Amino acid sequence: MYKILSKRLIAPKEYDIWVEAPRVARNGKAGQFVVLRTSEKGERIPLTVADYDREGGRIRIIFQVVGKTTMAMSRLDVGDSLHDVLGPLGNPSEIENLGTVLMVGGGVGIAALYPILKELKKAGNKVITILGGRTSELVILKEECAACSDELLVTTDDGSEGIRGVVTDAMQILAERGEKIARAWIIGPTIMMKFAALKAKELGIPCWVSLNPIMVDGTGMCGCCRVTVNDEIRFACVDGPEFDGWGVNWNEFMNRMGQYKDEEKISLEKFQSEVGE
Amino acid sequence: MAQKITPKKTPIAEQDPIVRGKNFDEVCLGYSLEEARLEAARCLQCKTAPCIGGCPVAINIPGFIKALADGDLPKAWEVLSDATALPAVCGRVCPQETQCEGVCTVGKIKGKEPVAIGKLERFVADWKAAQPEEPVTPPAQDKGKVAVIGSGPAGLTVAGDLAKMGYKVTVFEALHEPGGVLMYGIPEFRLPKEIVRREIGNIRKLGVDVEVNSVVGRTLSMEEIRSSFDAVFIGTGAGTPHFMRLPGTNLNGVFSASEYLTRINLMHAYQFPDYDTPTRKSKKVVVFGGGNVAMDAARSALRLGADEVTIVYRRSVEELPARIEEYHHAVEEGIVFNFLTNPVEYIGDEKGYLKAVRCIRMKLGEPDASGRRRPIPIEGSEFVIEADTAVEAIGQGSNKVLLNAFPELKLNRWGYIDADEKTGETNLPGVYAGGDIVTGAATVILAMGVGRDAARSIDAYIQGKKQA
Ligand SMILES: Cc1cc2nc3c(=O)[nH]c(=O)nc-3n(C[C@H](O)[C@H](O)[C@H](O)COP(=O)(O)OP(=O)(O)OC[C@H]3O[C@@H](n4cnc5c(N)ncnc54)[C@H](O)[C@@H]3O)c2cc1C
Ligand SMILES: Cc1cc2nc3c(=O)[nH]c(=O)nc-3n(C[C@H](O)[C@H](O)[C@H](O)COP(=O)(O)OP(=O)(O)OC[C@H]3O[C@@H](n4cnc5c(N)ncnc54)[C@H](O)[C@@H]3O)c2cc1C
Ligand code: SF4
Ligand code: FES
Repeated sequence: MYKILSKRLIAPKEYDIWVEAPRVARNGKAGQFVVLRTSEKGERIPLTVADYDREGGRIRIIFQVVGKTTMAMSRLDVGDSLHDVLGPLGNPSEIENLGTVLMVGGGVGIAALYPILKELKKAGNKVITILGGRTSELVILKEECAACSDELLVTTDDGSEGIRGVVTDAMQILAERGEKIARAWIIGPTIMMKFAALKAKELGIPCWVSLNPIMVDGTGMCGCCRVTVNDEIRFACVDGPEFDGWGVNWNEFMNRMGQYKDEEKISLEKFQSEVGE
Repeated sequence: MAQKITPKKTPIAEQDPIVRGKNFDEVCLGYSLEEARLEAARCLQCKTAPCIGGCPVAINIPGFIKALADGDLPKAWEVLSDATALPAVCGRVCPQETQCEGVCTVGKIKGKEPVAIGKLERFVADWKAAQPEEPVTPPAQDKGKVAVIGSGPAGLTVAGDLAKMGYKVTVFEALHEPGGVLMYGIPEFRLPKEIVRREIGNIRKLGVDVEVNSVVGRTLSMEEIRSSFDAVFIGTGAGTPHFMRLPGTNLNGVFSASEYLTRINLMHAYQFPDYDTPTRKSKKVVVFGGGNVAMDAARSALRLGADEVTIVYRRSVEELPARIEEYHHAVEEGIVFNFLTNPVEYIGDEKGYLKAVRCIRMKLGEPDASGRRRPIPIEGSEFVIEADTAVEAIGQGSNKVLLNAFPELKLNRWGYIDADEKTGETNLPGVYAGGDIVTGAATVILAMGVGRDAARSIDAYIQGKKQA
């Protein structure tokens, strides 16, 4: 079970894999995620399902190598299996025809944005997409997002592609041109989500952000994933992962993400010395 | 005869408190055969046997004790396993002091302790486990198909009993290992996981399929399950943490007991970095609550190397809901108790880490609805306890994933499944429920007891449907 069926490096340290998981493929929806382990002694980590192949019983996962578990995943080959895959977890995105929607993605967060964008397009929305990254090669899934968008803007910090600047600059351009946007989805690195959500608020655009706190069970039983949204404690795994971007307590969120920095380093270094990387 | 009975229970070997405070090995080492037979001889074999009535699954206690006293261990095992599916577990974690041992005739004699029924149960179960395995031929499984959701003691009991009756049973478990609280909640030093795995192995040998990584309501819908099985038992437990919602709850270092214990037990954080999942390295830990969960969290914190561990409980020692044995163990190990105290606020440093907890002293007022005296804050008595880690062990609510995905199922006003206590029947035909998801957080043996009853009603339901 949970065999890796294909594997592709799509950007430095970013992999695109398809995994055999028939029941997740059958029942999953855009916006949901899985919790997986690579080995008997492994940690449970959450990863978004970027695409579903219902007939083929496969799910697509796009992940960035940031620590021990994602590095271990990157070393698995086609034909190897993950130890556990649990899902689909979290609430599906609310897909309906809202008029014009703005999809803002950055980094590996684009992988989580893509399935939502695809469904919103199918539901008849006018989809305007902004994808941002430090440099051109880090902006993933451009073709696939373009195919489901009415308009696609790319921003890069170094100007190697599209607009030189960050996603909020592109948001400003759209506002100045008078684009009437019903709702935005913003998914990416925390700092990007924070500033893009502030920008959306400034422009009066309601927005969803997809929060990715540290999780353990992913089924609402531990409270590790708690976040504060509009002054209320919510569990990202069962109440989210999408929340009202205007109301997130970002500082608290960032503090909680850093809780195990020292241990993450120990774990990664131990693994690297074991595998000789 | 009463004269011959020693006043105290036969002493049992335990790890030294100083040593065990630094390891996760089991605290209690168990009786030798000689000691067990000595203890068994303390039983009066009373005609009325009040102990049986005190046992939620009505084990023939004098029966198994007699066999043990006679040295007939196979017989003792047979009597035990007639009534309970998990004796090695129950002998270790049941609150015997309020059940069988609480009503034992010997204990009623002035100056005498009751028979150590729990320790004897454990002895027989461990003896059995050490015997060479007998090949089991799984019973024929042609009477029907039953789905069991959740693999805690309730679900495991239903599964084992129905398999023995001739049903094909599939257990669906959300986590990557079956066992429920036995696996993720109760620590290794009280209930070695080896024992839980062995008991589950025995249930598997009866032909029960256990599918992990299957959260019903997400991975599979209730409709899918109901259309492919003749009946369903829901035993999804009550593990959802209730935070007290004090200011500062989301500071780094504040945990629910569920997270704290899951990291340690299910994820083996005490063996980090051999296992990948870490937990916080703490110096000063404070645990809020007075039940088994609080004791387990505090004693685990100590074993992880904390310098000082304090339990803060809002009532007094008399009201402590934890098993008395576990309270004694905690005291021996050096856990500090702060009774009649309640937290009011978490205080953090500039980086968002917990550094102290503001508490207030309490006094006991008039008895409340539960009959226990209500704790009231004493004005002006606030003080601060330094702590880098706080664990809230103040109770849990129902696990909601399945309930939210299955609104047809009737709940009671506390958010638990509304099911008949004797039969496990819910408002939907063919859907049964039991254990913590019906009663709220209770005990292993109560979950098992209702599992046993539900298995019988499921059998009657399926056979009735076939005849109709
Ligand atoms: C709902 C959700 C969806 C996600 N989707 C994706 C995705 O599609 N692609 C992707 O590359 N990443 C995704 N992530 C982030 C991913 O889970 C982490 O990168 C991963 O856990 C890192 O594990 P590690 O062992 O490699 O690194 P570690 O060394 O453990 O940690 C590195 C970083 O990851 C974060 N992290 C560590 N453990 C966890 C955990 N158990 N849960 C969440 N974050 C953790 C830490 O804050 C740290 O900053 C998602 C997270 C969530 C909560
Ligand atoms: C720390 C701690 C210490 C305790 N100590 C004692 C003690 O000493 N003595 C005692 O008698 N009792 C003790 N208890 C209480 C006892 O463990 C519980 O009453 C008992 O385990 C309840 O059994 P259950 O089968 O109802 O549920 P659980 O043991 O909670 O099992 C429920 C299972 O269902 C799974 N599940 C939930 N939702 C789904 C879903 N949608 N799909 C699939 N699976 C699902 C969960 O993952 C879990 O594995 C303790 C509890 C805790 C937390
Ligand atoms: S009540 Fe006590 S003495 Fe009497 S039969 Fe039961 S265990 Fe033995
Ligand atoms: S990860 Fe445990 S409650 Fe969300």
